[in-house]
Amino acid sequence: MTDITCKFTLNGRTEQVSIAPNTTLLHMLRESFMLTGVREGCGHGECGSCSIIVDGKLMNSCLILAVEAEGKEIQTVEGLAAPDGKLHPVQQAFVDESGMQCGACTSGMVLSVKTLLDANPDPTREEMKEALAGNFCRCTGWELIFKSVEEAAIAMRQGAAR
Amino acid sequence: MVVFYRRMPEFDYVRPRSLDEALDLVGDAEAGRYRLFAGGTDILEQLKTRKVEAPEAVVDLKNIPALGGIEREENGTLRIGATATVAEVAASPLVAGGGTALVQGAREIASIQIQNRATIAGNICNAVSSADSAPPLLALDARIVCTGTDGERSIDIADFFEGPGRSTLRPGEIVKDIRIPAHAGNWQSVYLKTAPRGKMDLAWVGVAVAAAIDNGVIEDIRIALGAVAPTPIRARRAEETLRGQAAVPDLVNSAAETAAGEANPRADSFRASEDYRREVVGVLVRRAINQLAA
Repeated sequence: MTDITCKFTLNGRTEQVSIAPNTTLLHMLRESFMLTGVREGCGHGECGSCSIIVDGKLMNSCLILAVEAEGKEIQTVEGLAAPDGKLHPVQQAFVDESGMQCGACTSGMVLSVKTLLDANPDPTREEMKEALAGNFCRCTGWELIFKSVEEAAIAMRQGAAR
Repeated sequence: MVVFYRRMPEFDYVRPRSLDEALDLVGDAEAGRYRLFAGGTDILEQLKTRKVEAPEAVVDLKNIPALGGIEREENGTLRIGATATVAEVAASPLVAGGGTALVQGAREIASIQIQNRATIAGNICNAVSSADSAPPLLALDARIVCTGTDGERSIDIADFFEGPGRSTLRPGEIVKDIRIPAHAGNWQSVYLKTAPRGKMDLAWVGVAVAAAIDNGVIEDIRIALGAVAPTPIRARRAEETLRGQAAVPDLVNSAAETAAGEANPRADSFRASEDYRREVVGVLVRRAINQLAA
């Protein structure tokens, strides 16, 4: 097995690593970059707690090889807040509405909601359910999560209008 | 009990830039030495759970331009490249319209996260009976075009599946694209699915119907069933009873019963009983035809 060098953008910064081909992107982000907001839940694409954004698209990092990061733009929950620490409207809404219980699913959930609202600023409940189908909240705290999405949508629409 | 490992066995990774380069690697290699890799959502899971032997290397096909894209060719054939993702197919205006069943099937596959990564070709190559893209592609009369050291061949999707997890694809062959022939403007299609949960679940039953219906008369029709036989299948006897006939309730009901009789569901599945699956085939076939005839 030969390590492969790859270069990519991670949360806005250019990075280069040499990595074993059997490493998942999830493990690379956690272990080489200490981005522990990327969580390993099930490890096979069912739970969504490892969700990240690759070139603008939401994906499960547990089912991507680290070497596939070559040339890609990767965003994790750690890259969501502004440089001054101000939370992204989706993060703020989850805080304000208590859109979490144990918090294990939250970082993946927040990224799913961000990609949903970037594409659809005013989603219906049905559209929220479809967009979040790949993120499991085992605490079953869906009502407050949907409330958080609604509040985030309002905040983002107001932000865009300003 | 399945032992679930979070780390994968060792393998190398190669990234060919052209189809020739990929064929040079895998064309004559002994079976199992290389694993073709596009979306990776099934293979990485299989490697983690040790369901498959680790290959010497995985061959990432995503950097081969000839395998990508979705396009309408001059003769009207719709070409879906082997590395076109489920999400790309679901969002393509070229697929929508007559290919609505495929859009609906694509949107039934797992989650947004998986749809952004997995490919339709991969969904087909896995040859799983419950694959949501299979009944739509059967109903749309698709062909699977693959290439190997012996040249190119085009396989009718109805002949592609051999059994659970088995297809007629030979070792060393690479799927290039999926081709859906041009359909006249009066063709419509629909995919209906039942499953325990509304999302993120495998079908109890999936039914796709494509039909050309004019003034209530079924000029031509194709009916495909998923998850009710060892492979996705066509319900050809039911199709035969409908061709050239008016879509009146008695006929549609009896065709739905015929289709249910063509299903051959597993008797030993913990997910749904044989009788239940057969019953649901009848319901969905009737519903699908009525929807297209309305």
